[in-house]
Amino acid sequence: MNWVSISERTGAWRARAGEWGKRTRTMRRRLLLFLAVVGPGVITSNVDNDAGGISVYSQAGAQFGYMLLWSIIPMTIALYVTEEMCARMGVITGKGLSDLIREEFGFRPTFFLILIGFVVDMGNVAAEFAGVAASGQIFHISKYVSVPIAAIVVWVLVMRGTYRQVEKIFLVACVFYASYVFSAFLAKPNWLVAAKYTAIPSVHLNAGYLLMLTALVGTTIAPWQFFYMQASFVEKRVAKKQYPQARADVLIGSISCMIVVFFIIVCTGATLYVHGHRNIVDAGEAAQALVPLAGRWAALLFAFGLLNASLFAASILPLSTAHVICEGMGFEAGIDHKFKDAPIFYSLYTAMIVVGGAVILIPHAPLEKILILSQVGNGIWLPIVLIFMLLLVNRRDLMGEFVNTRTFNLIAWVTAVAMIALTLILVYTAIFPTPMPGI
Amino acid sequence: MLHATELLGGEAYDSAGNFVGRVTELFLEPADQPNRVARVLLGRGKYLPLVARYDHIGFVAPGVIKLNVEEKALDYYGPNESWLAVGKDLLDQQIIDTSGRKVVRVNDIDLAEQRTNGTVELRVTQVDVGLTGAARRLLQGLASPGLIRRLQEKLPTRVIRWEFVNLIEPDPLRRVKLRITNQQLARMHPADLADIMEDLSPAERQGIIASLDEETAAEALAELDKRLTKEIVETMTPDKAADILEEMDPDQAADVLADLAPERSQEVLQEMPGNEARDVRALLQFEEDTAGGMMNTEFVYVGETARRDEVVSWIRSRDVNLESLDSVFLIDDGAHFSGVVSVGRLLLAAPEQQMVELKSEPPVSVRPDANEKEVFDLFDKYNLRSLSVVDSNSRPIGSIAVDDVITRMHRQL
Repeated sequence: MNWVSISERTGAWRARAGEWGKRTRTMRRRLLLFLAVVGPGVITSNVDNDAGGISVYSQAGAQFGYMLLWSIIPMTIALYVTEEMCARMGVITGKGLSDLIREEFGFRPTFFLILIGFVVDMGNVAAEFAGVAASGQIFHISKYVSVPIAAIVVWVLVMRGTYRQVEKIFLVACVFYASYVFSAFLAKPNWLVAAKYTAIPSVHLNAGYLLMLTALVGTTIAPWQFFYMQASFVEKRVAKKQYPQARADVLIGSISCMIVVFFIIVCTGATLYVHGHRNIVDAGEAAQALVPLAGRWAALLFAFGLLNASLFAASILPLSTAHVICEGMGFEAGIDHKFKDAPIFYSLYTAMIVVGGAVILIPHAPLEKILILSQVGNGIWLPIVLIFMLLLVNRRDLMGEFVNTRTFNLIAWVTAVAMIALTLILVYTAIFPTPMPGI
Repeated sequence: MLHATELLGGEAYDSAGNFVGRVTELFLEPADQPNRVARVLLGRGKYLPLVARYDHIGFVAPGVIKLNVEEKALDYYGPNESWLAVGKDLLDQQIIDTSGRKVVRVNDIDLAEQRTNGTVELRVTQVDVGLTGAARRLLQGLASPGLIRRLQEKLPTRVIRWEFVNLIEPDPLRRVKLRITNQQLARMHPADLADIMEDLSPAERQGIIASLDEETAAEALAELDKRLTKEIVETMTPDKAADILEEMDPDQAADVLADLAPERSQEVLQEMPGNEARDVRALLQFEEDTAGGMMNTEFVYVGETARRDEVVSWIRSRDVNLESLDSVFLIDDGAHFSGVVSVGRLLLAAPEQQMVELKSEPPVSVRPDANEKEVFDLFDKYNLRSLSVVDSNSRPIGSIAVDDVITRMHRQL
């Protein structure tokens, strides 16, 4: 081989590479445009699969096998429809949800809305630290070690980071949800059967089944996530013309969130359900029960997923809550500010982490009561938030041509009414734990 | 002192003591008087609402307004764009506090009563952005007014005097009708103004830029986050963008244009006057992260044999930006770069001293294709405040100022 032929060859190769580069340019350009916006949608949807969520999904799989898998598709639609409205409001108005509620509905509704939000989120934060404690125990770490460490890690992350850095860390946390995919594969499920149950609804009219369905929906769509998502699109300063990318971000977020739900249900359905281990209390117990059935690795991956989800949600929930309160009440907010410029924001954030973590460390703390109460709170909070959202997103003076179309409104109202009905059932059963009469 | 929220929702009676309606809105008419409550809107359920003028009001107390005319003397209400609605446009909205230099949310509006024979005029004195207003809003109608007042005395007050309140109104026509001038904003430091703009929504930012004079707008844009600057300039018409960009230093203008789509930046350049456009075009040739991309083409250079007093009077006669002038570049007989004289040395030199005697050693310069890192290193090594950029014939073509270096280093942190 001589030099001429080499240079000829590399020349030809370069030409081909150039050709390929030209052809993929529009594609790469589109990808870059998307990557500039991606974040808020994917992060918000995934953080939705928090400690409480994972517990419910594992229970659903353990108790009913694949029978609830069909609900994933309608839930994806509901999640997308509701989140998309917030994304749109954030991008078009450039204002957060609590900002808009304050400006359009006045002081008192805003105050009570965020007061409920604060109490509910406090309970949710405690639930996340309970998740940290549970997953720590699987790795044989005492909760008196794992919870304080988790609290400090979470606190430092936000106190020291800028929005962009924190967002990158959160995006990485989203990737770790893949541990559930591996865990599900290790459980060796029958994929064909799982696929069939996903596509074809199998509705059973018994109380336990309906309650589990309600719980699934209730944990998947939580009110605080709307505030968080809208605020992050605003803080990221996503512009009007980037709205298609923002929508794609929300779509990818809702789908990836529900894919994780699918794998969790499949994982516990293929193991715990099949082997008759059907009554589990939380995700930690699910992980422990996986050891003899799917092997140590499946259990560890499952526990790791839980730890990741709990940590992730424990950093975002207090952040979102502090944001909502400060926005609505007119205090400086946002992690791009210094402590000195936004003292109330950072104090709230710190207080929520400290209290949420401390509650878990109290011996004999009534953890289950806290979890139930935070679920009830979510249920009461959600209808109010959804109705405010629908009223705002249809205001032409705020949204201009970006108000809901008639079809979208129809889907959105149906979703809202269904969500409200289901969560009210959840609230009812949480308060009165006996099975409902009539079913 | 009264609060707007104590009046809104209150009852109104006419001179005969008959109930007229409920107070649903207070209007200012800024074109007439900047702080007087000019009209009071009285809602009457299913009947058309009425409007009472400021001289119709005889008595005001929390929850009650008594008119000094009969109901039939009042006009029917018709919307008026030049009226500023206290409830809709101010309460719960964001405003700019020009004395505290930040964006705040209005919790309440404080009013003073001014009595003149038989009428009571209400004047807006300050807006409440603190806990007192919040507590009042929360408890009104739930606790007795006396209790609320007592509670308020214990809370810290945060108020902004009406003169320092700058309304944020994105609609340009309405801004003119409401006499929102943004003169106070123009008096702020551009960096503070940019911080405020970063806290607002895109439409509001656009509104503020549109209402500022070109010079202030240019200064504020230069301080703003790059992405926001791009977004704002993209939404402007090319001639308006050109008007603002020509007020910027050429290097800043080039930075802004480099971020725009090529067609868009050509359109803007075509609207700019010839020589300024030429400078900016020349700068656009250079990659952004090179010395050429950092440099400014406006700089002062003189022959090295010139005397100090000649140079000073020459600078005086030119339109030089004195804020950023910290060095004078020297060229030799062949117009080659030969050194730098700091303004400090120039200041204290004897009138007849030649520039070449004042120059700093060694004469440092850089080529336009040098990368950012090399520029940073030179600034660090020689403790420079400005660095001359020279072409291949060692002729000066621009200068890099230390503040541009700091901006770039800060961006990389």
